[in-house]
Amino acid sequence: MCQTCGCGDPELVPVELHEKILAENDRTARHNREHFVGAGVLAVNVMGSPGSGKTALLEATARAAAAAKKAWRLGAVSADLATDHDARRLAAAGIPSRSITTGQACHLDAELVHRALHDVPWRETDVFFIENVGNLVCPAIYDLGQAANVAVLSVTEGEDKPLKYPVMFQAVDLVVVTKCDLVPHLDVDLAKLQDALARVMPAPRAIELSAKTGKGVDAWIAWLEEQRAPFVGAEGGHAHAHGHGHGHGHGHG
Amino acid sequence: MHEYSLIQALIARVGDEARRRSATRVHAIRVSLGALSGVEPDLFTSAWELARAGTTCAEAELRLERIEAVWSCPRCKKVFAPGDVLRCADCREPAALNDGADALTLDQLELEVP
Repeated sequence: MCQTCGCGDPELVPVELHEKILAENDRTARHNREHFVGAGVLAVNVMGSPGSGKTALLEATARAAAAAKKAWRLGAVSADLATDHDARRLAAAGIPSRSITTGQACHLDAELVHRALHDVPWRETDVFFIENVGNLVCPAIYDLGQAANVAVLSVTEGEDKPLKYPVMFQAVDLVVVTKCDLVPHLDVDLAKLQDALARVMPAPRAIELSAKTGKGVDAWIAWLEEQRAPFVGAEGGHAHAHGHGHGHGHGHG
Repeated sequence: MHEYSLIQALIARVGDEARRRSATRVHAIRVSLGALSGVEPDLFTSAWELARAGTTCAEAELRLERIEAVWSCPRCKKVFAPGDVLRCADCREPAALNDGADALTLDQLELEVP
């Protein structure tokens, strides 16, 4: 009751919270991250527009890792609104995977990933890809527990996309510019694309690649190897400092 | 439209807090919305209008505070103009973003407590 004048009106009590509205998602993401880090698994969140070449990039990764005689065991979960085409393509490429059918949801959240992990042997992998829903908007704001975020951007999408979707590009550690074999047929200017990235990413990093011709795939494999370094360290190899800004939370709950 | 799922998370969180404090009504909610949070303020507001009916937030006022994105050099503190390359030309440092500009934060509630 109001203590000021005793009028009987209910009292208005201000409660300071200052907490993220995605706190629940972030707790589950922390939980996922602890699992990945604890098992020495590099988890990579792969985002990008529909048709940008996310699945093709992962297929090329499997081919290149095999060709380079990498002892990596790959795995994936693949978000798909209505089908399991992507997961089947990945399985055919030798990447054990499972699809997460998201229905109308436009992004993956940490809980969807957590549930999917129960059905996929992720612990027996070294590099685990989380292929997000094709979308340049909302996936960027949901932490899934990944060690690194990658945006796949194809040259057919136009060099202004980073400026149009700054939230996505600001959130990623690496941009993979795909379908570069098409550059001679297009008006796209890759220098303009790099310039656009520098205006939305404080530490821009991009790899120009063609999954079809194999151009740039070696640089992508080297980048993955670099990200894997801290995890290899955990198994007794060389440990390197982790360079990017995504924290690996260890607090539970 | 992820704004709707964010609003659901917000309403659930506010409901928990109101119950925990035995509040009879939620009077107001203050949320700060960063320009790089990935949330469209108009969609967020319309999702709020749709989702709050029948909840503890049914009569609450939503106060949105927008936080602009301001990039600056972490060393010399120079502020970048919108659209600039995000690396300080003098210090060669990558730009840093101001607090809250990439976040959606539930700042404060006003609860009616009997």
